Amino acid sequence: MPINRRQLLTGGTGLALTAACGSNTGRGGGGSRPRLSQWYHQYGEAGTRQAVARYAAAYPDADVRVEWRPGNYDQQTAAALLTDAGPDVFEVNGPTLDQIRGGQVADLTDLLQGVKDDFDPVVLAQKTHDGRVWGIPQTIDTQLLYYRKSLLDAAGVRPPHSLDELVDAARRLTDRRTKGLFLGNDGGPGALDGTPLYAAGLSFVTPEGKPGFDDPAAARTLGKLHRLWADKSLLLGAPADWSDPSALIQGLTAMQWSGLWALPQIRKALGDDVGALPFPPDGPAGKPAVPVGAYASAVSTRGAHRDQAKAFVRWLWVQRTDYQQDFALSYGFHIPARTSLARKATALTQGPAAEAAHFTRAYGYAQPLLWTTAAQTAYRDALTRIVKDGADPESQLKAALRTAEAELRRVRA
Amino acid sequence: MTAVTTATTAARNRRKGNHRKRNHTLWFWIFVGPFAAGLALFTYVPLGWSVYLSFFDAHNTVTPSDFTGLDNYAAMLADPAFRSSLATFALFTAFIVPATYALSLALALAVNRLRFAQAFFRSVFFLPAACSYVVAALVWKLSLFNGVRFGLANTVLGWFGAEPVAWLAGTDPPWYWLVLVTVRLWLQTGFYMVLFLAGLQRIPPRLYEAAALDGARPGWQTFRHITFPALRATSVAVVLLLVIGAFQAFDEFYNLLSDARGYPPYARPPLVYLYYTALGQGQNLGLGSAGAVILALVIAVVTVAQARLTGLGRKEE
Repeated sequence: MPINRRQLLTGGTGLALTAACGSNTGRGGGGSRPRLSQWYHQYGEAGTRQAVARYAAAYPDADVRVEWRPGNYDQQTAAALLTDAGPDVFEVNGPTLDQIRGGQVADLTDLLQGVKDDFDPVVLAQKTHDGRVWGIPQTIDTQLLYYRKSLLDAAGVRPPHSLDELVDAARRLTDRRTKGLFLGNDGGPGALDGTPLYAAGLSFVTPEGKPGFDDPAAARTLGKLHRLWADKSLLLGAPADWSDPSALIQGLTAMQWSGLWALPQIRKALGDDVGALPFPPDGPAGKPAVPVGAYASAVSTRGAHRDQAKAFVRWLWVQRTDYQQDFALSYGFHIPARTSLARKATALTQGPAAEAAHFTRAYGYAQPLLWTTAAQTAYRDALTRIVKDGADPESQLKAALRTAEAELRRVRA
Repeated sequence: MTAVTTATTAARNRRKGNHRKRNHTLWFWIFVGPFAAGLALFTYVPLGWSVYLSFFDAHNTVTPSDFTGLDNYAAMLADPAFRSSLATFALFTAFIVPATYALSLALALAVNRLRFAQAFFRSVFFLPAACSYVVAALVWKLSLFNGVRFGLANTVLGWFGAEPVAWLAGTDPPWYWLVLVTVRLWLQTGFYMVLFLAGLQRIPPRLYEAAALDGARPGWQTFRHITFPALRATSVAVVLLLVIGAFQAFDEFYNLLSDARGYPPYARPPLVYLYYTALGQGQNLGLGSAGAVILALVIAVVTVAQARLTGLGRKEE
């Protein structure tokens, strides 16, 4: 029977529709074991992807499919959690208070029974709301002030132990080829964030749930950051931003704010010619400060296998301490979230790594769960104007305070 | 008998006509249906849903239950950062539209006059239009206008003994506008040049001949009285496209000025602000939708006003 063009097109459309309707969504699946989808953001360290696939394959009670998600991971997960096509288990730089209040993540408190005290209290507090735990911390990351010992010695500058000393050192270390300090291509507001506030003895949010920077000390300390900008001591517009140690290694800057994750690369390139410090204190109530954060493993409430997903999280991030140790220290360089594991880690017992581990325990602060994205944007806008434009710190902080107060009222309602 | 046959034939013809009509309707929907369904599903439903969300407190949900009326609109209009972002794109539009218009028209006139290698130059100038905004923005940021001494722009400045400039970080003077404007000019001038070239080639040569006979001098006089008025329809379309493109600015701003931690409070167009504060990590979908509706209304009002002023779609007299 001859087939004309119209019949062919009709048939083709029908076949395409049939195929589209019957496509495999990747969920459900046959076999006796449930299929779980687990999401990770893209780690830069070689071997991490293979390692997490190995852990997943070793889990006996479910068929765990790992998805490695490049790009803006936080926004991908935020969008995916609104749908049924999201992950069952996912790592999250949170979860945020709105995700918890919106019922998007499962309560994981019972997974930590008997081991809760072994988790770093600062990062665990960030995953806890109303006494319930919403994410199991995987590893701890922190940030430090790295400096080239040789460059400081050559300029006769001693490592800075106060904010004034930091401003002075950055100015003296600056010459035509090398800048004194690299705080990121934006001049610091993004990377430092709340660290100068905590170094002034303040905070984003007080334990009572009020803004923690309604204090003249905040304006005084943040105002000093503008001096770094005005002195032209800051490296700006580097090809790689603050999270990458290239600027320090290439001699574009004498001091750089960067992450603990950069330490192996720095040590490999510079050997012993590197020291590490916390952000220096400012003012009479000041104390050194380092930010700490942890990606946590969370369970989506929209997953079809919520209990099996929780069991998997317990197996991997509570019971399998060997995998936790391997994940933290075999590929990149992170501090295990379990204090017992961090104490046992030989890589954290000497040199700048040991100092970083000490700074984390002694001076670490985590961004409070009550500190929302809207408050963060308002604060960072204010900090940018203070640092770059030399705007009046008091009036800028007042505007940020108004937003922070409104947000705190909303989330505490 | 003849009458019966005629009636039967007429009835058969009517049936055939009806059948053909039904067939045409069927084929119309087979061809148009999938696209209409796609348009409805992926454009009109989200649009309607966004308007719906804008009346609710929709933190981290697309099925909210807490009706808030016009609160989100009031909050968005009272937000100084959103108002400042509207001012940013107004400023950007006010500059980029005439600049692109003038540059693409000048290029089109120059290429149109070429006696040889016209196709080559047309292609060369059009080529950047095929480049992604993201790729171009990264080349501008990492290679041409990075802030260190070995960036291309700073290397050139160095030859004259000038200090390196932090093109994207500094705010006084706001050099970042130079970077933002040049990357957009590079990307889109060639495209609009091609539109103008098409317009130029539609101008009948007899107009120029008549003008020459009337004593019009070639150059400015001919351009002003013949070429420019004859390009009216093309100019209106180009300006309209440029204005809408400027209102929707996102890619080059985001890729040039954002970092892993956020976006600075300057040169922040409305789409970038909504992306960060409401539709991105903030997931305040109600507030974000209200901002998107306000922006859509602004674009609609400006487009309609522009169409009325320029007589878009009006038949040539």
